Amino acid sequence: MEKDLSLELQAQVTAASEQDTPLRIIGGDSKAFYGGELIGEALSVAGHRGIVSYEPSELVVTVRSGTPLKDLERVLAAQGQMLPFEPPHYGDGATIGGTIACGFSGPRRPFAGAARDFVLGCKVLTGKGDIVSFGGQVMKNVAGYDVARLMTGALGTLGVLLEISLKVLPMPEQEVTLSMPLSTTEALDVMCARAVKPLPLTAASYDGEVVCLRLSGAPSALKAAQKKIAGEVLDYGEQYWREVREQEYYFFQSTLPLWRLSLAPATLPLPLQGQWFFDWGGAQRWLASDMMPADIRDAVAAEGGHATLFRNKHYYEGIAYADVFHPLSKPVNKIHQKLKTVFDPKNILNRDRFVIF
Amino acid sequence: MSQKKLLASLKSILPSHCVLSTEEELRPYECDGLSAYRQIPKLVLLPETVDQVQQVMRLCYAEKLPVVARGAGTGLSGGALPLADGVILSLAKFNQILDVDYANRIARVEPGVRNLAISEAVGRLGLYYAPDPSSQIACTIGGNVAENSGGVHCLKYGLTVHNIAQIKVVTAEGELITIGGSGLDAPGYDLLALLTGSEGMLGIIVEVTVKLIPKPDFVQVLLAAFDDIEKAATAVGDIIAQGVIPAGLEMMDNPAIRAAEAFVHAGYPVDAAAILLCELDGGSEEELSEQVDTVSNILYQAQASQVRVAEDAQQRATFWQGRKAAFPAVGRISPDYYCMDGTIPRKQLPAVLKRISELSKEYGLAVANVFHAGDGNLHPLILYDANIPGELERTEQFGGQILEACVGAGGSITGEHGVGVEKIDQMCVQFQPLELEYFHAIKDAFDEHGLLNPGKAVPTLHRCAELGAMHVHKGQLPFPELERF
Repeated sequence: MEKDLSLELQAQVTAASEQDTPLRIIGGDSKAFYGGELIGEALSVAGHRGIVSYEPSELVVTVRSGTPLKDLERVLAAQGQMLPFEPPHYGDGATIGGTIACGFSGPRRPFAGAARDFVLGCKVLTGKGDIVSFGGQVMKNVAGYDVARLMTGALGTLGVLLEISLKVLPMPEQEVTLSMPLSTTEALDVMCARAVKPLPLTAASYDGEVVCLRLSGAPSALKAAQKKIAGEVLDYGEQYWREVREQEYYFFQSTLPLWRLSLAPATLPLPLQGQWFFDWGGAQRWLASDMMPADIRDAVAAEGGHATLFRNKHYYEGIAYADVFHPLSKPVNKIHQKLKTVFDPKNILNRDRFVIF
Repeated sequence: MSQKKLLASLKSILPSHCVLSTEEELRPYECDGLSAYRQIPKLVLLPETVDQVQQVMRLCYAEKLPVVARGAGTGLSGGALPLADGVILSLAKFNQILDVDYANRIARVEPGVRNLAISEAVGRLGLYYAPDPSSQIACTIGGNVAENSGGVHCLKYGLTVHNIAQIKVVTAEGELITIGGSGLDAPGYDLLALLTGSEGMLGIIVEVTVKLIPKPDFVQVLLAAFDDIEKAATAVGDIIAQGVIPAGLEMMDNPAIRAAEAFVHAGYPVDAAAILLCELDGGSEEELSEQVDTVSNILYQAQASQVRVAEDAQQRATFWQGRKAAFPAVGRISPDYYCMDGTIPRKQLPAVLKRISELSKEYGLAVANVFHAGDGNLHPLILYDANIPGELERTEQFGGQILEACVGAGGSITGEHGVGVEKIDQMCVQFQPLELEYFHAIKDAFDEHGLLNPGKAVPTLHRCAELGAMHVHKGQLPFPELERF
């Protein structure tokens, strides 16, 4: 199954660049719902797969972008290690390339770090057809601009990811989830109060009724932490967090537009109509709502956050300010345009998938 | 614009005591922590408000005047080295902590706030700012962001890039932009990561929102001695392989141990070939003592000749004191030293250390090794005497070869000090011409006239081509497509 298709992909991109043909990059096709419109001919990266190098004692893995996420996670787990940002798959075929291109992180994010925090380096195929490498395979590296992290979450608009080097960490020995029924404001208070204390906290969510706190670490650490914080042990903790991460939890079954609100965790509940789910200790709030996009965006922006129209964007067809991503300030938008021109001057890669320039 | 007219324009923006122009005033700014390089700048400007920074940048943009931003000037790679025809823009007056938000675990600070001052200000809340470069008493947060500074605790708690949420930046054109946000991410490209470690080449940082984390309840420090440096290097990998992520894992070789012991009397075993210092932290006493047992066993199995566990807070401080004083300690035994900053995959430690010791013999220059072993970040200190003609040049050549050995071992020329002017030639070894072209294009996207810290961090392709003649590896000339002069 291992195969290096770098040169084939390069030939395809070079030809597309010469002919001004837009390309839509596809890994496992599990995240087509996310981002703007899909435009252009398919550029399939799924065949470009395999682990290039992995040495558990170095805490670094280098992997081709088309490698299925579940395969990578299995290889790491066999060595007692994991991707610390607990990436969601959103589908069986999810690849590591798509995960990094989307920059998705799971419930562990506020306590361990985001996808971009664990990206050490990447090899990328730019819209000009160049294959270039940035960053490296070492923990610390400040030579050159941090292009590897710039690529993370750029949705392939700056280049096709070919190889990614990631920092991995040991899996915790044990995990326990504590739950407690609370009101929304109490829940936010509890999640923030726990996060300022040195507890082995690795997830904190609130579904509108119950706060769930996950603790991870050595059995002795969990025992000590449980003495300090209240809550009933949730028997199906592992299943709960998987459902939250994969958006399989009942909350996510709504057919209304699903908004992702990124806010400072202690932000008071916003006066927006809809159903709420709080993850990341309050820093990532899911809102299922058909309120006008402009009203949602204004309320979030007033608190210094931003809103992404995560799923069901077609609900708003023809309505203003219904772009998937939050608008950028004018000077920041200008920088985006210029960076896009640096890496993909003809705008062939995932055109219209990301922020509107 | 004549110098006289320029001064008049600047003094219409800034109070006159914020514009330095005489030689006595400019002299203190001639170098940063890399004092082998010195240059008197054209002027030094010390704005007091963000608005003044914007006005200064607009003027410099209109006049095409190069600008070198400067914090405390503690950088070790010459990133704040002035340009003869440029101004130094000192952010020293921006020294206020603007806001501490306990519930959100962030602090909004001005760029001239010292690294340690942040942790001191929030300590009473049980929080701290994790990155702790050894210059943390003096270095400023703006400089930390510009260099993506590390420290002894990065293995577990990350570098600057992992510990900031938002920055405000004045662009080359004088516009004020906000990058990042109050949440854990921001829309668009990750400009926060791109700006962090960009060495003052993309914008002037005028405000930083840092993340704060809870101070661990329980901390312990172990000191292990080895009669062979390779055994110590192996022990480092063994600890990580066992699933332990220490808060800090530092190594010192014999010359460094001796220098440190003579200086601070930390009780280090002066006959050991190497020592490891391992800091562990945890949420309970029981958890910590289990970790201490696990690590002690690993260290003994790796043939440590002795393992000491600090008995109390004072002894923990003493164990660390020797490590933290290692650089000045080496400064006492040699007229000058040159600090390198390569990183390598941990498994390459023995091979690279051997290479350094061979080079040391070849050049006739002694080396003391102090490093962040946990993340493979070496700090070889080359001992030399700048008063001996030619010795600095030989030292730089030696240092360059160490960095090339790091790249050869799969590592990087700089882990936390930055490229600056110091390692600019080694950038040609680490990156291909095409990659350097992308770096230049990124710079152009932010700074079309090349006014922000020009000439630093990213070498021109011609510079690399010229150097190529000197560094021929395995018979292959790098940059074969470029003309040679």
